[in-house]
Amino acid sequence: MSAVVQAEGLYRHFHGDGVPIRAVDGVDLIVDQGEAVSIMGPSGCGKSTLLHLLGGLERPDAGTLVLGDQRVDGLSEAAWARLRRRTIGFVFQAFHLVDELTAVENVELPAVLIGSPRRAARRRAMQLLERLNVADRASHLPDRLSGGQLQRVALARALINEPLLVLADEPTGNLDSHATNEILRLFAGLREAGQTLVLVTHDPRVAATAERLMTMRDGAIVDDTRLDGGAPRQAVLRQLAGWEA
Amino acid sequence: MREAMLALLAKEPAHGYELRQRLAGALGPVAEVVNPGQVYVTLSRLERAGLVRGVQVAQSAAPDKKVYEVTAAGREAVTAWLLDSSWPKVAPVEFHLKLVAAAGTGLADPVALIDAQRRELLRRLREVQRLAEAEFADDKDDGVLLLEGSALRLQADIRWLESCEERWTGRTR
Repeated sequence: MSAVVQAEGLYRHFHGDGVPIRAVDGVDLIVDQGEAVSIMGPSGCGKSTLLHLLGGLERPDAGTLVLGDQRVDGLSEAAWARLRRRTIGFVFQAFHLVDELTAVENVELPAVLIGSPRRAARRRAMQLLERLNVADRASHLPDRLSGGQLQRVALARALINEPLLVLADEPTGNLDSHATNEILRLFAGLREAGQTLVLVTHDPRVAATAERLMTMRDGAIVDDTRLDGGAPRQAVLRQLAGWEA
Repeated sequence: MREAMLALLAKEPAHGYELRQRLAGALGPVAEVVNPGQVYVTLSRLERAGLVRGVQVAQSAAPDKKVYEVTAAGREAVTAWLLDSSWPKVAPVEFHLKLVAAAGTGLADPVALIDAQRRELLRRLREVQRLAEAEFADDKDDGVLLLEGSALRLQADIRWLESCEERWTGRTR
């Protein structure tokens, strides 16, 4: 299996009031093609910073990063921007849609930016909105959409250029329980379709959609474990029922 | 289990196999772990206790079957069970005491115990969510509700582990 992310010795420091804060403190990480990884950890453990490093929204102070077969840690801002559009889909807690554009215009934007013909971009955007069950809101501006609809539009935008990697930062952080369930189902669908996915989350439901869990503390990955292949079905059911395993 | 079976019989009389089917309908995938033998053993206990009455029914093409119906005492027991508001214990006392003991004795690292427990609970949550997904697709509402209850409890326990982590990180007693 080929690796989508290969990070080695990633460091990122901040200077708060003269005291250096090691937000990401020597992280090694390999994510394989088709793997879904969730990252959990207390607030301030560095998990969002790590995600930003993987997506080039921030630069590491040290370390190497390879996405697909391309070394990216030394790229210029402009080169990162080009790479990001083609290979990375971001999903944020606060959606980050363009307020002045309709839902479908938001979704097709990254495709237009890499030079896809408008007509083809529109067609693909509509297909994605349909797949994510929000096509009836295609011509609405973001301020007319609910949180769940906004996040589905944002997910469609993240997927429009068929990214190598989807990065999601607290994707359900602003959603109610019903909208969260919808997003969970969509993530499960993405996972089954073989999309490589890295999720940063506080929400156990989101974390449990991934088959691999990493725990961060003080900028370091302190636990890296598989969530699948655990207790056999019958044992889980017995525990659920409260009967002896 | 005993009271739940009694309640299902209070709806209408049934023989053992029918009762198992009803139980399966109410439980969803959890029914897989109900031992069929347990159903028959429970039925004879209920009969001995005078809460159900077994009646032999002759069948033309098959051996006689025993149909169970609820007695007046059984109906009373069902009502009492329905109105009883006791609740299975929810406080994770034992795990809490493990953390205290781990830190106190130095025999284990409390934070490592928390990490291990979180892994285990997330594995279970993952399994429950997958089961719920399958049930949801089949539109079996009763089973989905039970799984949702399990999922919510697991989430609460995982969140509680976060509080434990905050308390036990970087400190010893």
